[in-house]
Amino acid sequence: MKSSVIIFPGSNCDRDMDVALKKFGFKNQMVWHHDSEIPKSDLIVLPGGFSYGDYLRCGSIASKSRIIKSVIDFANSGGLVLGICNGFQILTETGLLPGILQQNKYLNFICKNVFVKIKNKENKYFKNIKKEVLELHIAHNEGNFFCSNDELKSIEDNRQIAVTYCDDKGNDSEHNNPNGAIKNIAGIFNKDKNILGMMPHPERMIDPFLSGEDGSLFFENLIGSM
Amino acid sequence: MKVKVIVTLKNGVLDPQGKAIQQTLNGMTFENVSEVRQGKFFDIKVNESDENKAKSQVEEMCKKLLANLVIEDYKIL
Repeated sequence: MKSSVIIFPGSNCDRDMDVALKKFGFKNQMVWHHDSEIPKSDLIVLPGGFSYGDYLRCGSIASKSRIIKSVIDFANSGGLVLGICNGFQILTETGLLPGILQQNKYLNFICKNVFVKIKNKENKYFKNIKKEVLELHIAHNEGNFFCSNDELKSIEDNRQIAVTYCDDKGNDSEHNNPNGAIKNIAGIFNKDKNILGMMPHPERMIDPFLSGEDGSLFFENLIGSM
Repeated sequence: MKVKVIVTLKNGVLDPQGKAIQQTLNGMTFENVSEVRQGKFFDIKVNESDENKAKSQVEEMCKKLLANLVIEDYKIL
């Protein structure tokens, strides 16, 4: 399976993602944001970081970069597109995913491990993961997912909520919400479930010695389901 | 010509920075400040002498980049 990680000026999780994808068997290539074409890929990843210094709004400048047209075409033709953290912000700014990531409710940069509950397994991203709750890492200042009530209804009706913040038992009440996101949303799909954006970083949880292994479950499933 | 744009959060959208500013003002000597909403201001120089053309271009810029209409409104001054 071939994957491409897009590098924007200010991306800083691109190499971690490259390591993770290769560890689980992807033949990964790095693609510069100023290129106009993406090499043949089965998966495109928009990595975390601070593209363009988070100027204007997080992800807004990257969403107009030269490579994005190819990403949109790939996504619209059913290709798998994964956006992590800043990548999620870029996907909402392109309009490929609904809503927006606002500044965290309590104005603090949050850097810690969290638990997320998998809300929908009828997709390639979570299909064969046995666990219901994953321990992943978040590091963001703008992860407070927001959308209008009409959009939220549409997201829920179409089962687009991918993961929600919860405790280790899977209780996703407001008490376990780190950043103020509506309905504890940590990640969402598009309607067709080929595009996933999420704030937690699975690529930081692929080593039992350094962190944890729940990210490994994510990548093992992903390559296995393609 | 120069076109000025103000982008603000829509009513009802949480503005934690505005809230923090309000609380700080209240803690200074401005107890009567009941709300602060923070926004952005853009001063855009367009090489176009026709005011209407320039403003309609800036309107397009607002819709496509300067504001995110999910949470923000824009006003061309």
